[in-house]
Formats: sequence, C-alpha cells, structure tokens
Amino acid sequence: MHIAILGNGISGITAARFLRKLTDHQITVISAETDHFFSRTALMYVYMGHMRYEDIKPYEDWFWEKNRIDLKRGYVEQIDFEQKQLHFRKGDQLGYDKLILALGSTPNKFGWPGQDLQGVRGLYSYQDLEYMEAHSEGLERAVIVGGGLIGIEMAEMFHSRHIPVTFLVRESVYWNAVLPKEESEMVTRHIREHGIDLRLSTELKEIVDDGQGRACAVVTGAGERIDCGYVGLTAGVHPNIGWLKDTALETDKGILVDEYLQTNLPDVYAIGDCAQIRHPKPGRRPIEAVWYTGRMMGETVAHAIGGQPVEYDPGVWFNSAKFMDIEYQVYGDVSGRMPDHYASVYWEHADGRKSIRIVYDQNTQEVAGFNLMGVRYRHEVCERWLAQKASVEAVLQNLGLANFDPEYYQQFEREVVAQYNKQTGRHLKLRQKRGLSRALAFLRGRA
Amino acid sequence: MHTLQKIGLALFAAALLLFIATLGLEKYELSEARLTNAIDNTYHVDAIVAAAKEEGILGNTYASSFSFVPVVEDLFREAGANLKTTPPANFPEDGNRADYELPSWKAENYLLPVVKKASTGPVSDQPVLFWWLTVGLGILGGLLYILPKFNLIPGIKHDHLYHRSLTRGLRLSVRGFFLGATILGVLVYGIYYMGKDYFWPGITLLIGLLITGLVFWVQRSAWRTPAKSAAPDLTGWLGVGAGLYLIAFYVLLYWSPRHITSWMLLADPLSYTLNGGEASQWFLYGMLYTLVILVMGVRMFAKYMHNKYQQIRTASVMFFQTAFAFLIPEILVRLNYPYYDFKNIWPLNYTFFFDWNLDNLINSGGLGIFMLGWGIALILLGVPIITYFYGKRWYCSWVCGCGGLAETMGDPYRQLSDKSLRAWQYERWIIHAVLVFAVIMTMGVLYSYLPKNEVWFSRGNFLLLMIFTLAGAMGYAWYRWRKGGVDIGATGMYVGLGVTVLLIGISGYHWATESEQFFFLSSGETRQWYGFLIGSAFAGVVGTGFYPLMGNRVWCRFGCPLAAYLGLVQRFKSRFRITTNGGQCISCGNCSTYCEMGIDVRWYAQRGQDIVRSSCVGCGVCSAVCPRGVLRLENSSVDIDERATEVRALHISEERGVELY
Ligand SMILES: Cc1cc2nc3c(=O)[nH]c(=O)nc-3n(C[C@H](O)[C@H](O)[C@H](O)COP(=O)(O)OP(=O)(O)OC[C@H]3O[C@@H](n4cnc5c(N)ncnc54)[C@H](O)[C@@H]3O)c2cc1C
Ligand code: SF4
Ligand code: SF4
Repeated sequence: MHIAILGNGISGITAARFLRKLTDHQITVISAETDHFFSRTALMYVYMGHMRYEDIKPYEDWFWEKNRIDLKRGYVEQIDFEQKQLHFRKGDQLGYDKLILALGSTPNKFGWPGQDLQGVRGLYSYQDLEYMEAHSEGLERAVIVGGGLIGIEMAEMFHSRHIPVTFLVRESVYWNAVLPKEESEMVTRHIREHGIDLRLSTELKEIVDDGQGRACAVVTGAGERIDCGYVGLTAGVHPNIGWLKDTALETDKGILVDEYLQTNLPDVYAIGDCAQIRHPKPGRRPIEAVWYTGRMMGETVAHAIGGQPVEYDPGVWFNSAKFMDIEYQVYGDVSGRMPDHYASVYWEHADGRKSIRIVYDQNTQEVAGFNLMGVRYRHEVCERWLAQKASVEAVLQNLGLANFDPEYYQQFEREVVAQYNKQTGRHLKLRQKRGLSRALAFLRGRA
Repeated sequence: MHTLQKIGLALFAAALLLFIATLGLEKYELSEARLTNAIDNTYHVDAIVAAAKEEGILGNTYASSFSFVPVVEDLFREAGANLKTTPPANFPEDGNRADYELPSWKAENYLLPVVKKASTGPVSDQPVLFWWLTVGLGILGGLLYILPKFNLIPGIKHDHLYHRSLTRGLRLSVRGFFLGATILGVLVYGIYYMGKDYFWPGITLLIGLLITGLVFWVQRSAWRTPAKSAAPDLTGWLGVGAGLYLIAFYVLLYWSPRHITSWMLLADPLSYTLNGGEASQWFLYGMLYTLVILVMGVRMFAKYMHNKYQQIRTASVMFFQTAFAFLIPEILVRLNYPYYDFKNIWPLNYTFFFDWNLDNLINSGGLGIFMLGWGIALILLGVPIITYFYGKRWYCSWVCGCGGLAETMGDPYRQLSDKSLRAWQYERWIIHAVLVFAVIMTMGVLYSYLPKNEVWFSRGNFLLLMIFTLAGAMGYAWYRWRKGGVDIGATGMYVGLGVTVLLIGISGYHWATESEQFFFLSSGETRQWYGFLIGSAFAGVVGTGFYPLMGNRVWCRFGCPLAAYLGLVQRFKSRFRITTNGGQCISCGNCSTYCEMGIDVRWYAQRGQDIVRSSCVGCGVCSAVCPRGVLRLENSSVDIDERATEVRALHISEERGVELY
C-alpha cells in the first residue's frame, strides 16, 4: 500500500514516522517548501543567528532513507480523488492508496490596500524567511501588523538586527484575548522595555506604494503615516486550503474531519493546521493551529491507518511561547475573557517579568488552569491536576510539585499560597517543594 | 556597541598585540655570567664557555630566540663532545664521569634556563610594567567589554553567533583540513618525539584507522551521508585565526617553551611572590589560565544574569581554579611540600601514579601521605559516590579546570560541537580507547614501580586487586545491561567485555609468570607517548586550540579518560538525568545546538524521553536556552530507567493502553 502525505511539517512527518513504526507500507512525503522537515517554530532563530537552517532540522538528512520514507519535492496543484492521483505543477503525477493532507496554514490578509506590494509579507514559510532576510539589508524601519505570537517573534527578529520596529496592535493591550489582563500588561511593558514602538488600539488602513511597486509607508486607522521599508503581516493564519475549495472534499474554514481524522472522502485524511474537527472535545476549538496538536494528530492518523484506530483526543489544553525574554506556559482553561464563575490567584514578581496564575471554578473549587510567565511548571503534574479536577486548595498546598524551574531558582509557591490566603481569608500552608522524586511519586499515584 | 565596550575591545587588542610583541622585544646575550646563572654544573659551564670562546662568539648578542637557540644547541653539542674526550682539568681522579659528561638529554634541560637567563631588554628590565601593559591591560579591556552587559535585559544572549566570523565555525572542508593536518602533524612530530621510533605513532595510526573502520562500516556511518555537521556555508576566518593562535600557543608551551621566555619573565614577579621561585612555563600557563577563567567567568555572570544555576556553577569553577589549581599548589611549593592539586583526579591527572610523584608524596611526611590517600579515595570513592548522587557534572562543570576553561573562555564556541550521529560514534570509541590506554599505561608504571614481594602491596597483590576491580565493574555493568536498565548497543557492550577480559587475562598472565614488563610494553615509553599524545597534544593543542574550530569540549568529549570513567558511572548507576517536560518541546533545536558535548538533546526531548547520556556534563545550558521550558537537570532515584527508555507513552492515549512512541 502506498500512503502519500502531502505536507512535510510536524503533522505530516509525525504521521510518517509513526506509520513506519506501525506498518510496512510505502510512504511518500511531499512538500513544495523544503527538501527536509524543519522546525517552523524555530525560523526566528535562524534569522537572529542563534542557529543555522541545518540546526532547525530535527533529523539528519539520511534519516529518511534509512527509515524508508520517500521524500518528494513538488507543488501539488490538483488532486484527483476519484483516480487517487496527485497532479504536480511540473506536470507529473503520483498515485496513492491513502492520502494524508497536512497542508498547514497561510498568513491572513484582510484586503488592505497595498497588501501585495513588494516588501510586504507574512512569516510562515522558509521562503518568507528568505524574503525577510533579503529585505533586511539597509532597512530603516519595519512595521508589523497584528499582535499575535508570530508578530512578537518578528519584532524580536528585527530588533536583534537593530532595525527599528513599529508594532501595530488592534487591541488595547497585547494579546488580551488569550492572556489575562495582568499578563497582557506585563508583555506590553516588556515589548516597550526593549525599545519597540508598540502602538496599541491601532489598525492598519493601507500600505503606501513608493511608485515602483514597493512599500514605503503604512497609514494607520487614525490617519498617521509611518515610513518603513518592510511590512510584516502577522494578523493570524488560516488553513492553507484555498486550492481545494471546489472539490469533492468537504471543507469549512479547514478540511472537515471526524474523530479519526478522516475526511468525507474514503482514504483521505487531514491533520495539523489545515484540519477542522467536526465535533471537538469539550473546551477545545475545531481548528487549533499549534505545533502540539499537529504532532498528536500525526500520531493519531498513523494509528488509524495502521489498523489500531484511536480517537483523536488532545487531552488537556497546553501551549507555550516566549515573548522576547519572558517564557510563557499555559495549561488548561485560561484566557483573556474568562467566565464569571472563574476566579484566579495571581502572583507577580516585583521585577515585573514573572508571574503565576491559577484559575479555578468558584462554585466547585475545581482547578481550571495555570498560566505561567517567566516560571516553568511541570506539564504532567498540571495535566494530572486538571484531569482529576483537583480542588484548588489541594493544588495550592502541593504546588511545589509543579515547579520545573532550574535548580537554585527561587521558588515562589509560598507567595502564591499567601496570595490565596489573603484573597480568601484561609490559612493554607505550602506542603510540597520542588523536587523530582516527589513529583514522580505523585504521578505514580503515591502522594 | 557601547562606547565603553569599544574602548575595552581596543585595549584588549592592544594588550594582545603587545603580549605577542614582547617575544620580539628581547635580545639574547651569550656571556659567561649569564650561563653561570642558568647552569649549576660548573664543568658544563666551563666547557660551554670554552666552546663559545673557540667559536669567537662569547659576548655576542642575538636578536631573537630563533637565532639564539641554534647557536646554543651547537655549543652544547660541542661542549658535550669535548667533555666526552677530555675530562675537565680540575676533575678529581676518583670522580664519577656522569658528573661532568653532558649528554644531549641533559643539554636539552639546560636550553630553557639558558635562553631565559640570556634574555636582556625592556621585558627583563621592567617585568612588572610589562605584566600590567599586557596581562593587566588585557584584563581591563576584557572587563570594560563585559561590564556594560550587566545593563542589558536578562535573557538568552545568542544573537548573531552564527553571523560572526569569530564564532560561526568552519566549513566542513576547512574543518577537515585542520583536523587532518593536526593528526598528521602530531603523529609525524611524535616519531621525532619518541626518538625516531615508529612504533607508537604507528600503533596510534592503526587504532585510528580501526576506529574509523568500525564507525564507517560496522556501525554503518558510511551509509549515513551526508552526515550533519557543525559546518556553515562560509568559514569564519576570525575563528580560524583564533584557533591557530591557540594552537601555536600550546605548541610553544609544550614543545618549545624556550621561545616564550619573555612571557615567563613577565610572570616572574608574581611567581616570586607566590612560591618564592621564578616562573616556569607551567607557572605562566597557570597564571594565564586562571586569569582567563576569572575574566570570562565574569562574562558568564553577565550573560546569565537570570540563571542562578549558571551563576553558581561558574563561581564554583572560578573558585576551584583559583584556589585549588593555582594558589594552593604554589603555596605548598613555597612551604616545601609537593606541588599538589587536590581536585585533580587520576586518570585526568595521569602522572599521579608515576614513580617520581609517588616517591615525592611518600617522602613528604604526613601531608604527603594524606595527599596520596586523598587522591586514591577520590578515584575509588569520590567519583562513584558523588556521581551516583549528582551525575558527572559535580566534577566536569563545577570543579574541573579543563571544564572551567571550556565553560568560560569556551562558552562563545559551544555551538560548534558536532551533533551528527557519526561524531557520537567516534566519540564513544575514542574516549573509551583513551581510558583503556590510561589504565594500561598506569598499570604498567605501577607494576614496574612496585616491589616483587617484600611488602604486602606487591606486584602480585596489585594485579589481583586490579583483576577483582575490573571484573566487579564489568560484571555489574553487564548485569545492569542484561536487566534492561540501560539502553546501550550490543556492539559497545561486547567490545567493553572483550577489552575487560583481555585486561584481566593479561593481568592474570603477569601474576602467574611474574614477568618484567606489563603488557609487553616498556612502561617508560608507554608513559612518554601517553604524555605526548594524550597529555599534551590531545588535552592542550586540540583540547583548547580547537575551541573555535570544533567547539569548547573537544577534549572533554573525545579525549578525557576521567570523563569516560565518570560517564560510565553516570550511564550505569546515577540518579542524574535531564527531565523532559511532557509534550512541550517544539523541536526548535536550541538545546542540541548549544550542547557543548554534541548531544542531540532534541532527539530525546521531542519524544518526551528523559536524557541519560554518559557524556552529559550537566552544564545546564540546554535547559537555559530552551525557549519552552522543556528541560530540567534533576536527581532522583525514582524511575530513571523507565523515563529514559526509547519507547515512552507521550500523552493522549496513555489511559487507553495504546502505546505511542
Ligand atoms: C514563525 C512561527 C512560529 C510558530 N511558533 C509556534 C510555537 O511556538 N508553538 C506552537 O505550538 N506553534 C507555533 N507555530 C505554529 C506551528 O508551527 C504550526 O501549527 C505547525 O507548523 C503546523 O504544522 P503542519 O504540519 O500542520 O503544517 P506545516 O508545517 O505548515 O506544513 C505544511 C507543508 O505542506 C506544504 N504544502 C501545502 N500545500 C502544498 C501543496 N499543494 N503542494 C506541496 N506542498 C504543500 C507546505 O509548503 C508546508 O511545507 C508557529 C508558526 C510560525 C509560522
Ligand atoms: S545535555 Fe545539556 S546539560 Fe548536558 S552537556 Fe549538553 S547542554 Fe549541558
Ligand atoms: S530547546 Fe526546548 S523546545 Fe527546543 S528542541 Fe530543545 S527541548 Fe525542544
């Protein structure tokens, strides 16, 4: 059997690796972007000189041949689902028995005037990075439009090259849909602390043509003109499925799939950023364009095809990012607009770059989420508490179990407990400090 | 760049240039007074002076050490020949010929003092001034460059490392050239070093080829092309320059110190203050080494303002270098005790069991005996016990001097370590081969040192002790492996078993036959070659000279026999591991890139596997640079085998019993 995987990102590659472990089928991974799988999340480090492109490839180039995973570079223009044929732009074709679509995303453009000028580009692909690199020489200012995770990465990238950055964000503080108020404010402060010209509540109206098809400035919603040589469009992404719209494949925003990641067509699956789950698990969204879900879907689809089907269940939500120098981790249900019956214990360090937030349900006392800034927590421990719906007081008293900061780092769990006591008038005491043995004992159900 | 930093850089560059220039500032005078000053044997002085008079060059002054040294060597030869035929006039009838004869090995020892004492010029006139103008100014420049960094916002400071010529690394071809040229150079010079004897360089070459064969064909690296390497598209020539400079420094230091006497001169005042004597090349080296660790240690504090682990660890290596490796030994010498570095452990400290060292310790009273006992206790108890609790990091990145230099001066180059599987395969063969070499060499030396019987610790009992130790260690490793406790390839285990059995067999043979030479080798030659190849060429020339070429831990990773020993303990029985934080890894590669030991940390982290690798020195940098907080260095006896196994349920389907890999 021949399994074709379209897309060599994390989801497609994970599927290929697991299929190789579980089956003996012929596997071909196809991509137009690069010959080999690389870590998209690490593109920024190549630009900043922390790593070379070579270093962001998680596997050595011989790995694929050794594991009998065929790689094909080429752009697929059309899929003949009836005949099970992929049609490449170059004119060649490739047949398949089963097809996994792992097409990824593409940056949003909202019809801004000038959005297709030279020097205007999102940051998603390797080619986008090359484009950015090619336009950086002599660049006097860059404007970044859209305050998400990629926007702040792009700001950090230009900043590392001492290129002044103006960062236009529609919201009144940075990323406040996802981050609670205090954390949003912390990141906002941090961006400014780095000397980045952050413009809140500012929208892009148009991008100005210099007369030769190149961007030379942007005009904001308020009519202000900002001269610049590069405009980064980072206002989110959407599934990269435009070219599949008028086919037999059922799509909405993404490609619609069931619990086994199968599309409406037989032998066709979709995973990763491009997949839209028809019936997401409670608390989860139909499209979750993050690395981790791509990886889990890759594992799941391989099991489905490999004859050991498991339902796709991403478990407790988690994510992480880094806002310049502030690491961010989240477990469970935390957002900028939390339901009214949620309360949280929030502690922030005096340096304004670290904080711990624990969200819980006021009615049931069940813990609902953890939000960490500049502090690391153990994934497995937080996940266990969330899955068990542990009570916030039990969590607080054992909070040290979750601490994952390096050795000798100051531990702030006591402060979190004190904050809770202050808020509620209770007298809890921290019973557990950081330590692997204790955490493992807890995970094995012995504490 | 901050103005202060520019000034600092300029000062540093000026100091460095002047430091090099001091080698040319001195002239060398050939006079009777200076010769008398350098050589304590009057017969020799007289003969050399006579030879110089005959040549009509007594009182001449030479412009450089390079023109002076050949002249002196000629005089030594002449004097030696003259003394051989005609004994000195004033020599007593019944005297021993050895008192006046001047064979070439004795003459060789005179070379350095003669050159140093002949030196005349600004440096010998004003050593203190020149110390400040070179070393002092260098420190000042370095600090001025570093201090403004304390004002930056704390965070990872790796911007542009791969854009800079100094830290970018070498193209594979250039790196290959350096590696090849160095190996060839060492082997060819080795023939000369061993007195035109091809045996040892030949054996070394053979073992090198054998290892290459094993890696390429048995372990199938030949099929794994292209191997990933730490090679950029463009070579950083500044890095090449830095590497060449360091290599040249070590070559001069080890094999031609007579050309760097100016540097010893400017270290003299400090040497007199500390140990009461003048500076040897080793004092000079110790002084520079310590100062570099101190200044670059401050740089580490600035770089890792936000990371307590890095700060404490750096403070620790700074302390151990300054106190244990530099000051205490010098003070001991001043007090007429043996030179002893309390933290240097055999087999890194490969001279520990040499006859002269043992004699020296045994004859130095209570303190000497304590040193002997302490050294042995560190080997037999310290290493296994502390490594069991904390991993090899307690030594490699907290205490060791080589590690100290690698973690401070070498920090800007850590990304250049090769992460390919091929490099890892080479690493395991080479480092364990060095360990075996160290064991054989030391056993040979001890064997010939120990009396045949007379005392209880005789040759025979020593061999029995070794047999039991080797058998016990191997037996335990085998048991752990068979139980599935450690994930190690069968090839490695079988070769390890084979080598151990061979060593036990040979020991048994010698025990039974009481033959003269251990392992059929001359212990003198074995240790001479070990000192040359491992002690000098590998640890020094390659170990440090290759920082800008192949990363800062080339020695620690490929060569250090103590690291091999610590690593075996860490791999087979230790509570230390690096835990991976669930599924948070984004495979970005920062951890692997900045692992100085070339461990592909990401390989494990992205699968949720804990990392238990014998080579990990626990520097903690992978954990520091991870942008997603995935890695943590931890100690615990719980669960280490299970969490480090290759197949590990990651997350979602664990409960339902489907194992995800
Ligand atoms: C700069 C950046 C930073 C990010 N950081 C994070 C982060 O920190 N954490 C996180 O969780 N997520 C992050 N993400 C998101 C994460 O990278 C994506 O969710 C993930 O890469 C999606 O993987 P995928 O396999 O679904 O698709 P992709 O990685 O996008 O792979 C799809 C591949 O398919 C190819 N392809 C598509 N159509 C065709 C065709 N017709 N013919 C041939 N080839 C085709 C594409 O060229 C592409 O190579 C980041 C994304 C970016 C861009
Ligand atoms: S694995 Fe991490 S701690 Fe170990 S040597 Fe490498 S970077 Fe240092
Ligand atoms: S640095 Fe962290 S996120 Fe990146 S590959 Fe390593 S463990 Fe994973």
